[in-house]
Amino acid sequence: MPPETILPARRHALPPGLIVLALAAVVLAASIAFMTVGVKGNWAYVLELRGRKLAAIVLVATATAVSTILFQTITGNRILTPSIIGFDALYALLQTVLVFFLGAGRVAAFDPRLLFLLEAASMLALALLLYRWLFLGERRSLHLLLLVGVVFGLIFRSITQLLQRIMDPNEFVVLQDRLFASFNGVNPVLIGMSATAIGLVGLAIWKRRFVMDVLLLGREPAIGLGVDYRRLVTLILVLVSVLVASSTALVGPINGFEPISFYGVLVANLTYLLLPTFSHRFLLPAAAMIGILLIAGGQLVLETLLGFDSAVGIVIEFAGGLVFVFLLLKGLAR
Amino acid sequence: MEQGAETRAVAGGRLWLAAGGLLLLALASLFVGVADVTPSALLDPQTRAATLEALTASRLPRTAALILTGSSLAVAGMIMQMLARNRFVEPSTAGTIEAASFGMLMMLIFFPGAPVILKMTGSAAAALVGTAFFVYLIRRIPAHSPLLVPLAGIMLGAIIGSVTAFIAYRANLLQSLGAWRNGDFSLVISGRYEMLWLTLAFTLAAYLFADRFTIAALGADISRNLGLDYEKALAVGLAIVAAVSAIVVTTVGSIPFLGLVVPNLVSLAVGDNQRRALPWVALTGALLVLSCDMAGRLIVYPYEIPVGTVFGVVGGLVFLFLLLRRPARAS
Amino acid sequence: MIEVEGLTKRYGATAVVDDVSLRLPEGRLTAVIGPNGAGKSTLLSMIARLMKPDTGRIRVAGLDVASTAGEVLARRLSILRQENHITARLTVGDLVAFGRFPHSGGRPGPEDARHVAEALAALDLAPFRDRFLDELSGGQRQRAFVAMTLAQDADCMLFDEPLASLDIRHAISMMELLRDLCRNKGKTVVLVLHDINIAANFADGVVAMKDGRIEAVGDTGEVMTGERLSRLYGLPISVERNGGSCIVNYFRSRD
Repeated sequence: MPPETILPARRHALPPGLIVLALAAVVLAASIAFMTVGVKGNWAYVLELRGRKLAAIVLVATATAVSTILFQTITGNRILTPSIIGFDALYALLQTVLVFFLGAGRVAAFDPRLLFLLEAASMLALALLLYRWLFLGERRSLHLLLLVGVVFGLIFRSITQLLQRIMDPNEFVVLQDRLFASFNGVNPVLIGMSATAIGLVGLAIWKRRFVMDVLLLGREPAIGLGVDYRRLVTLILVLVSVLVASSTALVGPINGFEPISFYGVLVANLTYLLLPTFSHRFLLPAAAMIGILLIAGGQLVLETLLGFDSAVGIVIEFAGGLVFVFLLLKGLAR
Repeated sequence: MEQGAETRAVAGGRLWLAAGGLLLLALASLFVGVADVTPSALLDPQTRAATLEALTASRLPRTAALILTGSSLAVAGMIMQMLARNRFVEPSTAGTIEAASFGMLMMLIFFPGAPVILKMTGSAAAALVGTAFFVYLIRRIPAHSPLLVPLAGIMLGAIIGSVTAFIAYRANLLQSLGAWRNGDFSLVISGRYEMLWLTLAFTLAAYLFADRFTIAALGADISRNLGLDYEKALAVGLAIVAAVSAIVVTTVGSIPFLGLVVPNLVSLAVGDNQRRALPWVALTGALLVLSCDMAGRLIVYPYEIPVGTVFGVVGGLVFLFLLLRRPARAS
Repeated sequence: MIEVEGLTKRYGATAVVDDVSLRLPEGRLTAVIGPNGAGKSTLLSMIARLMKPDTGRIRVAGLDVASTAGEVLARRLSILRQENHITARLTVGDLVAFGRFPHSGGRPGPEDARHVAEALAALDLAPFRDRFLDELSGGQRQRAFVAMTLAQDADCMLFDEPLASLDIRHAISMMELLRDLCRNKGKTVVLVLHDINIAANFADGVVAMKDGRIEAVGDTGEVMTGERLSRLYGLPISVERNGGSCIVNYFRSRD
């Protein structure tokens, strides 16, 4: 697919570099506001609390935004998101299995770092298994991989339900708490670990920012232009998995109600809309910043200023869903 | 259609054999469960009354409900695959189930006193709108991306589902929603499942339209060439699918991927000429659901696992097999 | 007999078919030829009511195409288009039998069985009857679709590029079959053809189209001249007659 069909060119547009700089300024302002608006009483305590929350938001937003853009680049498609491959379901299954076999008390006493590593590692293992398995044959397609991922998600969910069904009701209550995404009270050590992982992946991606532009042309043209397509796509899929795994392990499934989150779709498409370019060196940082703005800015406006309780996630998901339907209607699904 | 008399007789014989198997399984289903229902208890004059009571109030309805649900959902899936001309479409990959749940939720909130049949009609109407919207959407997906169709449908379903869940959460009806999503027959007793018999009428209607659905699967152009009113066939098919989904979802809960797995298996074995395939689809659907439910009754005896959960694992594995058994040929 | 009057189809500002009027008498095999984008397939699709014209009237066997019920028309008129993607798993026998649907309404009788058997035999498909379509080669599948159209047994049969993916032997035998249908059963056959040599040797009449308009229409001998074809395709073309056959040569005269 030629890039212009993905990114409608606009005349009289600002240079993308300028837009990225402007975005950075807005994000900075929003972060300062997020840290300071409405603080009463003990500043040191509030700043520490909010700082941790902001750090978690930045990590999750960056990981989701970057992974969605990359995923859409390699699938040549604007509606898909890596969240469709049962990661969240696997997370829920892992938590359920742990509580079921070890008991809620013992799981709570676990070293959180160990748990984080275990969760991230098993999600990564699932991703690698899928990719290695489905990418071996020439004719295997990415759509097939996604659908298999969805089916895995379904199987995981069914096993989870099965275990929850025969679980001690008291333990079930404890488990439910663990299964909802929360940016509050994230362990600082985990933030450090997840930041390291996401940072390393970010570096690896940044190194390849130009060759990723070529992938927008599709498989055959990219091969024709000398790109080692299979190796590159496999690598990107692995990097995407690391991103998704470390952010999910940090705060839990981002959309508590549903198996699929549309947050990434929303962020990616807002980015395409704002930046009239196909160039990943602009798209990727811009997407990360838009992602941060959506959650942090949304929380600031809706929750801190307007006092709507925990509405941000729902508003974002709904907007993302609308974008998805709109894209389908415009025939942009390919 | 034009088989020799001999092969037709053989095929018919196999169908009767399968029907006999279903009957035996149904008989066995009557005697599986927590309450002690056994043939000997039925013969013993002392326990006869209580046993008979358990049989007619619970076991018979449950078995009937399982057969009706399995066959009608599988047939609905087959119709959708023919009409959408895509092998991976079924009520749970097209937003139908979620739309039906949404409709029922709306009825519960705005017309809590309405009779069940009216609530179901509302649910069916929503399912029809949702499915029609999906069919409209997928015409914009190029034919060379067949697997994108169910992906888009699953995502569409997720959107409707999260809106529904949010409203249900606010209206304190999250529990009903959970019941619609995951098929469970443990609460089926006489007086609470009879609406399911309506699905039998829709399944029979589907059989009457079998040839038309097959022709519709050949595409709009060939259908028109053969003088078929394509839009009408589409409308009838969608109406059947919406009605069946709504009835099943609101009475016993949906069984995801049943409508996908069964038609694909039958298609492999006997092809897609619906005259021949539909009876097999109905029978296989009933057999699968009945055996999964019996397994659910036995695995953690004396507790029960809902059939939706058991089938989630079994059906998921079969679906995986179907996806991976052929190279990703544009089919 | 097919009568077309003032037929126009536009996409935006461009007319794909531009005020076309045409009479195709029965019992004849007519080839529609012309360069890419001439509007040949669009014309055929409109005659067969697969596409609605913007203006104009079409009558087939005395029936107005726009107002006649679909199932009535299906017994008088059939069309086979170029691309037939089918996801349903049907056997060759199933597919051909569905050609009888306009006549049998889904309850085939002995008459229908005879038509199906004849169509299968005419296209060398009898041994493949119980094979599924997805197990066939492209050419075999194409023949199965043609057999379905034959079984439909309409008075007027339209084909869009029926020879695509056929080897020379099957292409020739299909043309002989179609010509035979016109001669002996009084059918009216209209084909869009890209191979102008086939058109020159098998067609009774030719309709030459370019830019949505009809450039020439008439008996094959009249239309297929070097001068006319050269103008039609914008390429030097000569026509050589050699005994009973006719060779359209677009190679030698180039230099």
